[in-house]
Amino acid sequence: MAEKPLFHYDEARGRMESVRWLLAAAGVEYEEKFIHTNEDLEKLRSDGVLMFQQVPMVEVDGMKLVQTRAIMNYFSSKYNLYGKDMKERALIDMYSEGLADLNEMFILYPFDPPGVKEANIALMKEKATNRYFPAFEKVFESHGQDYLVGNKLSKADVHLVEMIYNMEELDTNILANFPLLQALKTRISDMPTIKKFLQPGSQRQPPVDEKSIQKTRKIFKF
Amino acid sequence: MSGKPVLHYFNARGRMECIRWLLAAAGVEFEEKLIQSPEDLEKLKKDGNLMFDQVPMVEIDGMKLAQTRAILNYIATKYDLYGKDMKERALIDMYSEGILDLTEMIIQLVICPPDQREAKTALAKDRTKNRYLPAFEKVLKSHGQDYLVGNRLTRVDIHLLELLLYVEEFDASLLTSFPLLKAFKSRISSLPNVKKFLQPGSQRKPAMDAKQIEEARKVFKF
Repeated sequence: MAEKPLFHYDEARGRMESVRWLLAAAGVEYEEKFIHTNEDLEKLRSDGVLMFQQVPMVEVDGMKLVQTRAIMNYFSSKYNLYGKDMKERALIDMYSEGLADLNEMFILYPFDPPGVKEANIALMKEKATNRYFPAFEKVFESHGQDYLVGNKLSKADVHLVEMIYNMEELDTNILANFPLLQALKTRISDMPTIKKFLQPGSQRQPPVDEKSIQKTRKIFKF
Repeated sequence: MSGKPVLHYFNARGRMECIRWLLAAAGVEFEEKLIQSPEDLEKLKKDGNLMFDQVPMVEIDGMKLAQTRAILNYIATKYDLYGKDMKERALIDMYSEGILDLTEMIIQLVICPPDQREAKTALAKDRTKNRYLPAFEKVLKSHGQDYLVGNRLTRVDIHLLELLLYVEEFDASLLTSFPLLKAFKSRISSLPNVKKFLQPGSQRKPAMDAKQIEEARKVFKF
């Protein structure tokens, strides 16, 4: 049985967006069953298909996988985006986990109260500019290759480019001092499946707005 | 070069303890270079040893690995504690992520502001009793085996044991309704390497109280 993976999440970026980017990069088609109401979520819970009563959940290869990292690691292994050996995977994991810290802030900041939101935007920009982007620029400087690890595309590249797009939403000039990251962004964005994902009408989700914030609050009741 | 892994962290559990547990369970001897002053940490940063200026960092097999999950994943792979195939790894990741989420929730209680502690403690107890422990009791019940995945020891058994001991420290009554988890706890605790790690004088770290953590925060300014 080789059905398309089926995603269960609300119609928003949140904790599923990195998975969407990853499958776009892998050229893998998937379906989405959006959660629109709290009742939709409660039904999944009472059906016993959410191990920890949380989404994201992906139905794939006979499994009902929850936890974003478990989902991403599985797809990365399956579609050869996770390095060729143990050491390459270690580097990919280190890079991906660094980005996950920044991504967590990005996922949550739209729900912050005024004041806190502005402080967190400033903090993200500062961390991207002074910690994360310099570290990755240095990786490219040191090996001079087109991809972060093993001279071929991996999940770390996809996560980094997603993060670049996210940080550019906060500050369009944030990459000004990082020419090698600019080149990576161009290279990845020009891949046919990513280019398609970046077009309107794709499965990429738009930035969070007030309407989607209210909807998410109603679904998850917070 | 294959000397012992060298662990760089404070003399505390924090984000390194799960790594200590995994190495100990695998029977791997390791050294610790404890960070005891701000100068120690600053030197690690200046020497370019911390990719994102953060610890934990583990020197292993010629790498300076940062990020807890990258370190855990590497150790688990190297010592055959990460399942036999992609699907077992997916289950292990799903379970491990749930465990890490709850562990983090419990660990954070000791550093949370006093005005939030009561609410957060109640939430942690509710999640432990009604979400996480039932999920793992159900796994053990469904397959009736001694270990969570693949009928043999994997990293997730070690992570779960570590968590159960923290739950016990937190509120021992939370475990009373989960006979399979209690049996699991006894079983894994009795494995020779684990038993040794649980003895006084091992590299296992004690809990810190709020005052000790406050002192550490002043010293390290975090």
